[in-house]
Amino acid sequence: MPLFRSEEMTLCQLFLQSEAAYACVAELGELGLAQFRDLNPDVSAFQRKFVNEVRRCDEMERKLRYLEKEIKRDDIPILDTGENPEAPQPREMIDLEAAFEKLENELREVNQNSEALKKNFLELTELKHILRKTQTFFDEMAESGHEDEHANLLGDDGLRTGGQVLKLGFVAGVILRERLPAFERMLWRACRGNVFLRQAEIDAALEDPVTGDQVYKSVFIIFFQGDQLKTRVKKICEGFRATLYPCPETPAERREMAIGVMTRIEDLNTVLGQTQDHRHRVLVAAAKNIKNWFVKVRKIKSIYHTLNLFNLDVTQKCLIAECWIPVADMETIQMSLRRGTERSGSSVPPILNRMMTREVPPTYNRTNKFTAGFQNLVDAYGVATYREVNPASFTIVSFPFLFSMMFGDAGHGLLMTLFALWMVIKEKPLAAKKIQSEIWVICFAGRYIMLLMGLFSIYAGFIYNDVFSKGVNIFGSAYKVNLTNEELQHHHSAMLVPDEANNHYRQTPYPFGVDPIWMMAENKIPYLNAYKMKISIIFGVVHMGFGVILGIWNHRYFGHSMNILVEFIPQIIFLVFLFGYLCILMFIKWTKYYAGAEDQALTPGCAPSILITFIGMVLFKYDTVPLDGCDNYMYPGQVTLQKVMIIVAVLVVPVLLLGKPILFKIEMNKSKNHAALHNQNGTAEGEDVEVAGVPQTDGHEGGDEPHEFSDVMIHQAIHTIEYVLGSVSHTASYLRLWALSLAHSQLSEVLWLMVLRKGLMFQDWYGGVLLYFIFAAWAALTVSILVLMEGLSAFLHTLRLHWVEFQSKFYAGAGYLFVPFSFENIMEVQPGEE
Amino acid sequence: MPFCGPKCSLCCTIVSIWGIVQLVLMGVFFYSHSVALAEDLTLKEHYNNLDEFYKDVNASYQQNAYNCWIAALIYLVTLCVSVHQFWLNNRVSYQV
Repeated sequence: MPLFRSEEMTLCQLFLQSEAAYACVAELGELGLAQFRDLNPDVSAFQRKFVNEVRRCDEMERKLRYLEKEIKRDDIPILDTGENPEAPQPREMIDLEAAFEKLENELREVNQNSEALKKNFLELTELKHILRKTQTFFDEMAESGHEDEHANLLGDDGLRTGGQVLKLGFVAGVILRERLPAFERMLWRACRGNVFLRQAEIDAALEDPVTGDQVYKSVFIIFFQGDQLKTRVKKICEGFRATLYPCPETPAERREMAIGVMTRIEDLNTVLGQTQDHRHRVLVAAAKNIKNWFVKVRKIKSIYHTLNLFNLDVTQKCLIAECWIPVADMETIQMSLRRGTERSGSSVPPILNRMMTREVPPTYNRTNKFTAGFQNLVDAYGVATYREVNPASFTIVSFPFLFSMMFGDAGHGLLMTLFALWMVIKEKPLAAKKIQSEIWVICFAGRYIMLLMGLFSIYAGFIYNDVFSKGVNIFGSAYKVNLTNEELQHHHSAMLVPDEANNHYRQTPYPFGVDPIWMMAENKIPYLNAYKMKISIIFGVVHMGFGVILGIWNHRYFGHSMNILVEFIPQIIFLVFLFGYLCILMFIKWTKYYAGAEDQALTPGCAPSILITFIGMVLFKYDTVPLDGCDNYMYPGQVTLQKVMIIVAVLVVPVLLLGKPILFKIEMNKSKNHAALHNQNGTAEGEDVEVAGVPQTDGHEGGDEPHEFSDVMIHQAIHTIEYVLGSVSHTASYLRLWALSLAHSQLSEVLWLMVLRKGLMFQDWYGGVLLYFIFAAWAALTVSILVLMEGLSAFLHTLRLHWVEFQSKFYAGAGYLFVPFSFENIMEVQPGEE
Repeated sequence: MPFCGPKCSLCCTIVSIWGIVQLVLMGVFFYSHSVALAEDLTLKEHYNNLDEFYKDVNASYQQNAYNCWIAALIYLVTLCVSVHQFWLNNRVSYQV
């Protein structure tokens, strides 16, 4: 059973010849089965041997990222063939570096040129707009019948009153539109109203050459008199980052300039187009290879990074590595090492030898795409201790099962199954898409879990007889209404008693699941509650008991066989005598009492409440007065048996509490005596001492087991309290199966009642049209509330039942994960970081 | 001409398929006087005689069945439109 325990691991020492080291590590990276240990932890990252190579790889990566950014900016699709090139030889690195260097320089040059060109282009466009807009200002004046522009602006009167002929100057420029109001106010205040500003908006947006943003600007022209004002105006323009352009004074000059600007713009456009084309060509060529290059560079980098973990031999001729590898894969690793040596052309084969260690090996569970999801659920709680019983294999069945008990509705289960099935069937194309959305990633990783959860939910839905809260009558109900028309007319409801006298019940039950007649019954909820509560407890006790039993394999494997006696047996007795008995009472109640029994003590009215019976049992309270004709007990000898069971269950608690510490004490004394004996015998039996030392090295517990008696005592006291209180609270905790199931079925019933039924109320043809819309609303609510929200909540509760109620019975989860050096993992992780 | 995005058209397609399947089935069940759906009938509070009650029940079953099928037919139209939209969207995205 590969999933039952984690793989057997071994620490190996690896001697690699310096020349062959690179190729060998590359092969191991492709294989992904060795976890290297850092042999120089106290050496800083900058003092390691291959730091130079790692730095070069970093530089290459930076260049590639720059390229990628540029490619993305131009919206060029990046070709992702998904191919996985082999790690290049070290000498190829120089070629790659040269290629990237060339590309980067070329791109930077092109970018610089195009930026300069764009800036030029922007200036010219602005000038063009200025000429055009100012022309209209001047034209307006000309229309009013005056030839001289200066006179027009202030009017003849103004000039005359001044007593001298004024020469007005002007500046024209362009400013960001949102700065204009402030600019205008500033001008007015600083020049005391002595300047005149005209402005016009440029309709088209202009591109900022630096940021590439689209900005809106306005053309302005300012008229003023005198040099002083001119300097002041210019200063203000500077302050507001307005760009000023020379604007000729006469119309003829302006026209000439405009023509010149237009031709230059056209020239620039062709040049710009060519630059862009060139840039595009370069980028398209790069886009074809960039993924490939990224993979190559990352592989080189990771190899050198791994080589940095190695130790140098004194002779400097070979590298020494230590790694954890699965024992089963020794052969494969040997093979790939040999391949690596051949490739590097080295003649000396690498040496791989196993080392003995006290250290606890990492936990490695070999999974496939189906089991990986379940293993992740378990690992999320805690990675199994090395070689501990792994609950993942049991989770594969128990997880969807408990989920389905809460999510039991065939309709909702079908929706979930179809979604999961789609993900499973389209697995490869969907995985290749690499969608980054977090919710999708979680769903996709758990597709097999979802598929099983959906299928189990369909099954549970048929057991509960719930399909979108409606029952289905597949096999024909076992009940029939055996009343006359008169009786039906005068009674609001009828009682269907399943005894033979009334002939309402055909005396054989509905073959599968809940009889559909219950869907119509007024006492449907009390009935289903009683049923679901009981099965929740039964499955809960079975689940917990199974967990306790799994403990046996742990005790035996780790060589604590005595723990079976002092831990497992008290635990299982406590659980079975209290809660196992509770389940047995339920079965007795189900089978013993029936309608139409001749003995009155066996009629349903006399069936005792299990809960009251159980509380009475724990409190030794047996003096309740039975109803008339009923029996107080379910079977003869019940009182004695119950009393004995309670007393035994209470008595096993001290065993559980003290058993392990006492055992520990005895063993301590024994080993003390043993050691004393050896000391007496002196050094003559040195071999014996050595032999005694070996099992310790091999021991699975390592060096961290508590060695003080008080430690053991405290640990066991906590463990006992946890178990005893836990059994009570965990059993009650399984009632969430019932509670969630009730909530789910009620919610779906309410949804049908409040939404879909509204569409069925219209007794005319337009009801169909309304139903069309109401169905859509119902479907949306069903998916969002009942499948997504309720599904998530049922999932979380199932997770809790596994982590807390099940795994606490046997699972320590104190291991650490095996993280092999593998290119595959490195490639997967890196895109997420960017 | 696509007037509905790729996600929108996919969503409509799925809802339409679901609608067609479920509404046709519900129609069949109403038509065959399924007891489970009796609660969804439109009936009066109180009836004086049985004939009147049966008449109403039968009429309601039949009308609800027809309404379900009408809605299913409209979903069929929606399905055609949204599949067409989906196809258009896909084709457009291939061209670019």
